[in-house]
Amino acid sequence: MDLLANLGLGIATAATAVNLLYCLLGVFLGTAIGVLPGLGPVATIAMLLPVTFGLPPETALIMLAGIFYGAQYGGSTTAILVNLPGESSSVVTALDGYQMARQGRAGTALATAAIASFFAGTVSTFLIALAAPPLSEVALKFGPADYFSLMVLGLVASIVLASGSLLHAIGMIVLGLLLGLIGTDVNSGTARFDFEMKELADGINFVVVAMGVFGLGEIIANLEAEGTRSLVVSKIRGLMPSREDLKRIVAPVLRGTALGCSLGILPGGGAMLSSFAAYSLEKKASRHSAEFGKGAIEGVAAPEAANNAGAQASFIPMLTLGIPSNPVMALMIGALIMHGIQPGPSVMSEQPALFWGLVVSMWIGNLFLLVLNLPLIGLWVRMISVPYHFLYPAILVFCGIGVFSLANTQFDVYLMALFGVLGYVFRKLDCEPAPMMLGFILGPMMEEYLRRALLISQGDPLVLVRRPISATLLAVSAVALVVVLLPALRRKREEAFQG
Amino acid sequence: MARLIRSPKDFWAGLLYAGFGAAAVLIARDYGMGSGARMGPAYFPTVLGSLLFLIGAASIVRSLVVRGEPVGAIAWKGLLLVTAGTVLFGVLLRPAGMIAAIAVLVLVSAAASAKFRCEWQALALMALLIAFCSLVFVKGLGMNVPLVGPWLGG
Repeated sequence: MDLLANLGLGIATAATAVNLLYCLLGVFLGTAIGVLPGLGPVATIAMLLPVTFGLPPETALIMLAGIFYGAQYGGSTTAILVNLPGESSSVVTALDGYQMARQGRAGTALATAAIASFFAGTVSTFLIALAAPPLSEVALKFGPADYFSLMVLGLVASIVLASGSLLHAIGMIVLGLLLGLIGTDVNSGTARFDFEMKELADGINFVVVAMGVFGLGEIIANLEAEGTRSLVVSKIRGLMPSREDLKRIVAPVLRGTALGCSLGILPGGGAMLSSFAAYSLEKKASRHSAEFGKGAIEGVAAPEAANNAGAQASFIPMLTLGIPSNPVMALMIGALIMHGIQPGPSVMSEQPALFWGLVVSMWIGNLFLLVLNLPLIGLWVRMISVPYHFLYPAILVFCGIGVFSLANTQFDVYLMALFGVLGYVFRKLDCEPAPMMLGFILGPMMEEYLRRALLISQGDPLVLVRRPISATLLAVSAVALVVVLLPALRRKREEAFQG
Repeated sequence: MARLIRSPKDFWAGLLYAGFGAAAVLIARDYGMGSGARMGPAYFPTVLGSLLFLIGAASIVRSLVVRGEPVGAIAWKGLLLVTAGTVLFGVLLRPAGMIAAIAVLVLVSAAASAKFRCEWQALALMALLIAFCSLVFVKGLGMNVPLVGPWLGG
């Protein structure tokens, strides 16, 4: 069996003492920072990314993945205990989780979240192991035109699935694509949009943008609405759910996992959409639907399973096609490139140890989460209780040091400050920064693929519709865009996002 | 004028898009356009910039038609102090050293919070943060920055 041999290779890579240690460290750090309100996975990963530069690629990626699901889980802990979702994907967890905590069942809610996440993580890890090899084989047949169209589809999907106004989502993507083009054009050597500054010749590092927009911008926005945090820390006891509880969460966890796995693969999907959809589905499907919003355990189990499954399934397009489906994956791609690995279908055949090691480490990381987090809840509670006005200056210091150490230049620090201001402005104007990050990463790739496609076809743009794969992808994009503009569906979409 | 704009958020966002788009197209005029078969450095930016300009224009038109929420109060204090603290950190890091740069960033940015008092807990935490960063980043990870820079006689 190929699969068994591959998983064996993965275990051999992931289970070395060093990699286990970094996986554990990643999960721990990720959770510790993820529980801090106002710091989601993107900011957490961006902040900790420089720490991984000195590591070998496998270890770095394993640690980053650990940080990712650690931060994800930490966000749920905050949502349940403080009713302040650390990130968008735990917004719905806060609805019922916080109510459970107020009824003195915080322990049960946290344990339910952990168990649901672990189950979903296990299933989606196997899904990656099964689906990735055939997918990357298909992807190896892709020509430049097909890649270009695939990226168009990815961007269209992220427009369809963005939560705000469609026009703004498109605007932010195009803005991101343009920002990504800053720097030297690989083909002609022309320095573009560099304003005669040599620091811009290599382009803007995506970490600078991510930290500015998601770190600084978020802090400024949080300073607007300071105060109002009410922590429920009436003794957390009774961690384990009762048999009755367990019986009630089986079906929601299964449904949430299935939903998360399928939505997570979609570009632009991932954790947030999965959790919202799972909550709405559960509210309709559950026999206890009257309890929703008042502390229904299903309302914690389903979205938690879905967001973890979705988060993990979003690794599939990243690993097989080299295309990020959300800003977190964009950061992962950036990390791969920094380690000298070109993301795409060839990663699996050229770096099998890296690929399978990462897959196996995901499961190990989820196991760590389960055994680590429940005993450490006391520590997380103490971290949440640190007042925000002590916290954010420290976050700024870490962002500053992290950005400086990317290239040992203060220029990046100034640039981060600039993107912080932009990030705050975007927030005030209801422009979501996530699609911009996707565009930023994809900009140079799209230009390069389009250039190659047009070079082969001698300038004939019809090549994009003449190749069957490319034509199909473009047709799907067009349909998706038309469908989302239909009034009836627009209403549905708005409903879905209101949970 | 203000009465014409029914959705301020759409209006300002539109202005932002149109501005960036127009700037991209204008700046890209200095680069070679190339042809379809051999896309020059100006080709892709010009296409994207024009698109962004159109999106901005559409958003501005929409702001005159559809009613929307006001932008809301701007946190000037937070915006200014957080940005200023970060820029100062960048300015000070090399010449004044990490210890001074962190202290300035923490004190300037913390002043943005209404709850911040210059009390002993805050100063103790800052000292702890400085000690941690000095040990981990400079001593541990070998970051190429002095703890006390030449401006302070280091």
